[in-house]
Amino acid sequence: MDVATFLVQCLNSVQYGLLLFLVASGLTLIFGIMGVINLAHGSFYMLGAYLAFSLAPAFGDQFLLMLATGVLLSAVFGYLLEWAFFSFLYQREHLQQVLMTYALILVFEELRSILVGNDVHGVKVPPWLDGSFSLGGLMSYPWYRLFASAACVLLAVALYLVVNRTRLGMMIRAGASNRDMVRGLGIDVTRLYRIVFAGGVALAALAGMIAAPMSSVYPGMGGSVLIVCFVVVVIGGIGSITGALIASLLVGFVDTFGKVFFAELSGMGIYVLMAIILIWRPEGLLGRKT
Amino acid sequence: MTAVLTPKLPPAPALPRRWLGPVLAALAIAALAPTLSPYLGDLVVKVMILAIFALSLELLVGMTGLVSLGHAAFFGIGAYATVLGSPEGGGNLAALMPLAMGSAAGYALFVGALSLRTKGVYFIMVTLAFAQMAYFVFHDTRFGGGSDGIYLYVRPRLGPLDLEQRLHLFYLVLAALAATYGLLATLRRSRFGAALAGIRVNEQRMRAAGFPTYGYKLAAFVIAGALAGLAGFLVAARDGVVNPEMLSWHGSGEVLLMIILGGLGHLRGAVLGAVAFTLLKELLSTQALVGPLADHWQLTLGLAIIGFVAWLPKGLIGLAARVSPKGGA
Repeated sequence: MDVATFLVQCLNSVQYGLLLFLVASGLTLIFGIMGVINLAHGSFYMLGAYLAFSLAPAFGDQFLLMLATGVLLSAVFGYLLEWAFFSFLYQREHLQQVLMTYALILVFEELRSILVGNDVHGVKVPPWLDGSFSLGGLMSYPWYRLFASAACVLLAVALYLVVNRTRLGMMIRAGASNRDMVRGLGIDVTRLYRIVFAGGVALAALAGMIAAPMSSVYPGMGGSVLIVCFVVVVIGGIGSITGALIASLLVGFVDTFGKVFFAELSGMGIYVLMAIILIWRPEGLLGRKT
Repeated sequence: MTAVLTPKLPPAPALPRRWLGPVLAALAIAALAPTLSPYLGDLVVKVMILAIFALSLELLVGMTGLVSLGHAAFFGIGAYATVLGSPEGGGNLAALMPLAMGSAAGYALFVGALSLRTKGVYFIMVTLAFAQMAYFVFHDTRFGGGSDGIYLYVRPRLGPLDLEQRLHLFYLVLAALAATYGLLATLRRSRFGAALAGIRVNEQRMRAAGFPTYGYKLAAFVIAGALAGLAGFLVAARDGVVNPEMLSWHGSGEVLLMIILGGLGHLRGAVLGAVAFTLLKELLSTQALVGPLADHWQLTLGLAIIGFVAWLPKGLIGLAARVSPKGGA
């Protein structure tokens, strides 16, 4: 493997890892704060990809405006969803939540098939991000992928600032470490939950929209992302955003380089990684001991 | 007022009344088997296999309080072991069934040993991830025929018992279901079962009382894996084909659904859930009953589950108990 190939693979790893982080951060927050195992989180990623597919013709060159619209729509969607299907679940056992979110997956997949059909679609890369730049020799790297990484970094920083520097972030962190205490201190937990859930949905959908031009838009795309994000959350430690970031990058590298070196068994790589980390630290890299 | 003064009844006879229902049900099914149409016969076999699968998970979720979302892996491994272990001319049932159960139990030992180090939500996700790992082994490598799966050319046999014959398979499945039910019912009443129940209620207290809880949980996990492998064996013998989708997490989700649907903590609930879920799926995808909605059965099934979660948190058994307070097993 020469230097340029290595570099390209590194860039791919980081880009994939960051994209995973957007989905996983919402998942880990919903877990950590609301204690809900949201199996339907992958569906929000799918929702984003299909939003990109259906909004793209209307917005034409205005890619960023399209992203903003999509985020807004999905946040509203998440807010309503929490109100309708999740608000009564918090007092129930985990099992009931698993059941509910599993049912939501079925509903979302079927609605998708009714509304958009079961074909595989592509989303065009916006013209101003088309093409690629040279990395020396025969290697080149598409601009859009670089844009995707940059956008994810920007979002990760924004998320960090919100969680660590704002009043809302303080409530979120407090909620992740002790839910009952937060309620006891008079914080409107219902509203906090709804905001966190809407935010998680928006992040996952945004990841889906950013990913759409790189991968195709296809049925069942939510499921594969969901499982990988579970691995990320388990490795990083539930409720820890920093843990999710480290774990996402780790998973990104292991998966990308696994495909290069062991094409046959690449699908297994991240699960082996997870097994090793769990033997070493059952609570995840940055998780708290239970 | 006399009721208060009546002395307590003597202990129940050897075959207590609680066995009556299941035994009668099994005998009725056995008697009806030859009269069933091929469609009905297949449906009953399908339900019974799923009931074994559901019972195996009930041992974990309902009896021990371990929520596994990767149970389909053991089911799939049992099925794959059956096909991979069969010689071209057809294998011996007495060798293949233990092979299927043993392979599933072996993987369960590995998964259990690692995942039982975690708790609660982590456990759910870790079991899921390990199941995915097994899924990818079969899906991505040529070892088990890749994503297309592999065929079993000749079904297993043992002496006069030949699974190529529908009725033989029917009775084998029925016997397997009865054995599984009987085994779990016995386990439940045993010291082992009591320890599992103790772990479900308060693991810390059990540990303080001197029980090696990790070992108990691991034993339950391995037994559950072996029983899921039995269900996998039966499916492979029925269909004559296996594919990686048998291990997919949708399968794990569905079987979890069945036991919650039926009502956790009751063996009857698991069986009831398998019956209800299969029939519901069958009904919702039958054109003659629901018209054009049949093509979108996932939507109606999903909505049905949501309604169920919202209004029936205790499962079908809970519904029965609500109608008559003495109901339930």
